[in-house]
Amino acid sequence: MAEKRIKVIMAKPGLDGHDRGAKLLARVLAEAGMEVVYTGLRQTPEMIVETALQEDADVVGLSSLSGVHNYFFPKVVQLLRQKGMDDVLVIGGGIIPEEDLPGLKEAGVAAIFGPGTRTEEIVKFIRDHVKEN
Amino acid sequence: MFDKAKINAIKAAKEKWDCGPVQKVCSKFPERKAVFTTISGMEVDRLYTPVDIADLDYQAKLGFPGEYPFTRGVQPTMYRGRLWTMRQYAGFGTARETNARYRYLLEQGQTGLSVAFDLPTQSGYDSDHPLSMGEVGKVGVAIDSLDDMRVLFDQIPLEKVTTSMTINAPATILLAMYLALADEQGVAYDKVGGTVQNDILKEIICRGQYIYPPGPSMRLTVDLIKYCFKHVPKWNTISISGYHIREAGATAAQEMAFTIANGITYVQSCIDRGLAVDSFAPRLSFFYNAFTNVLEEVAKFRAGRRYWARVMRDRFGASNPRSMMMRYHVQTGGVTLTAQQPLNNIVRVALQTLAAAYGGAQSLHTNSYDEALCLPTEEAVTVALRTQQIVAEESGAADTIDPLAGGYYLEKITDRIEAEIDDYIGKIGAMGGTLKAIEEGYIQREIQDSAYRFQKEIESGERVYVGINKYTMEEPPLTNLLKVDPRQGEIESEKLARLRAERDQSAVNRALDNLAEVSRTEENVMPAVIEAVKSRATIGEICDVWRSIWGEYRPKEYI
Repeated sequence: MAEKRIKVIMAKPGLDGHDRGAKLLARVLAEAGMEVVYTGLRQTPEMIVETALQEDADVVGLSSLSGVHNYFFPKVVQLLRQKGMDDVLVIGGGIIPEEDLPGLKEAGVAAIFGPGTRTEEIVKFIRDHVKEN
Repeated sequence: MFDKAKINAIKAAKEKWDCGPVQKVCSKFPERKAVFTTISGMEVDRLYTPVDIADLDYQAKLGFPGEYPFTRGVQPTMYRGRLWTMRQYAGFGTARETNARYRYLLEQGQTGLSVAFDLPTQSGYDSDHPLSMGEVGKVGVAIDSLDDMRVLFDQIPLEKVTTSMTINAPATILLAMYLALADEQGVAYDKVGGTVQNDILKEIICRGQYIYPPGPSMRLTVDLIKYCFKHVPKWNTISISGYHIREAGATAAQEMAFTIANGITYVQSCIDRGLAVDSFAPRLSFFYNAFTNVLEEVAKFRAGRRYWARVMRDRFGASNPRSMMMRYHVQTGGVTLTAQQPLNNIVRVALQTLAAAYGGAQSLHTNSYDEALCLPTEEAVTVALRTQQIVAEESGAADTIDPLAGGYYLEKITDRIEAEIDDYIGKIGAMGGTLKAIEEGYIQREIQDSAYRFQKEIESGERVYVGINKYTMEEPPLTNLLKVDPRQGEIESEKLARLRAERDQSAVNRALDNLAEVSRTEENVMPAVIEAVKSRATIGEICDVWRSIWGEYRPKEYI
């Protein structure tokens, strides 16, 4: 049987419309052999978690450039846990100040990738951290 | 421009030089790269000579500033008469805080205002809407009602400044608030000057702050243009924007081509709605990006000006020269700024400022060095404004018009960019127009492909990005970042609750009912929107009227 492909949900929480990074990463991850679903814009944490549940996602990638990460990212992790999806790896990217990183990590976001990150670093991080099924 | 014999002689001499000294040096010291390209991926030759511009017909292709085809600028004396408007885009937190920033910037020599609205305002939601949670006051100022607008312009006389408002889907509402404020200040509408972005197509293509489907969205855009043509003659009724197209990944030529394609769509829509081209076209304006590759940007501006003039004259039959002028605001490239070694961004912005000045911009916003990290601090925005002032007052770039004209390389790439614009306009036309091309995801895919190519070039090291893939270093994080009070949402919600308790609800209901009725007809919505904002209806309430009639837009996503 073929090995299960890693499934990633790329999501834009909130009202932010800047999705260059999210779309770029979606393409890079797909080219790296992962299955990627992009949610489109204006997603609430509930909508993102519902998609993750429906799609049986291994990874949820959150992108935010409007300064709402401290509100949205922990909320997504919390809702995933409430739904029993403890194994889903949550990662984030965007304009996120260094001083917010400890709080986000504590809330359960596995990694934050800021501007200038090499995409291969993200691919590697996902491969290393998605739990084997 | 040159006689044939001379061109042939130069050609022969260049061949000799290529085969001789160049070959000799290259065999010992190979060039740094096999192929040199601009940021946009346009190939750059080793050397340009008169041969490259041998066909340049000066009067047909360049002409004189202030005259068709406006390649050398839209005004006869350009910056010798008046410098460009220095217009820093600003807004955060409450109307009160933003008003303080505006007054600071005006005191520092800024010459126009530019309002950044927060995402709920841009998306037509009140600050207490569930979707506004966490977003209020973050990337701009929160404006819910006329009350907020009054505070935003406190002690700023509207007849003395011009104001640019970056607002699209709800542009009619924000302009209505501005006009209602003019009424309160006793300023006649014909004395009010400024710009609303009002460009819904680029929101649909790449920026995401749309509300309604394209059809009704275009109707609101044109209603605003029509209303201003009659009542607010100094207002720039649309700022057709390539800025965001570039930020999303487009090349310089794609930025210009897709913006012009959108422009053609707006002009056609206005004509279809019964306006004569020369009645509204003089008030159209544009908005572009400036990246760090100075010459490519300058060429882009010149090519765009020339192409637009031709479109307006030949395709739409405009006869007023003002209808053919591409006047534009420039913002330096947000996406070019790095979070790594952020002070380097000051240098990037300075080069981009030079590109805008050499390119002939009418107004300019320079980004602050800390913007890859947060909203600009007061120190960073001051440096950004001073950058403009240094270029304007010290560099000499503003002392002669279009100073790079005639350069072999510059004229050659101006032609190449113009040809690329023409190619895209042709393809989009063959598809059935811009709306069709957007619907099929063509424009979005072209932009995303360019973004992808750029990222690959950076990651392979093929393109150097200082601080990102070369000359990197360990550095401590930047401190003193600007933070918006996280309680902003609560503050605005309390204000809204007070507004709803105090206002005359029956007047609000009447105004909203009237707006709904007018919106179902083909009548212009502007007067009904002005009446609604004066009754203190909120932006969310007004947008909900339209949501209930037209529904909300949910685009297909193209990856």
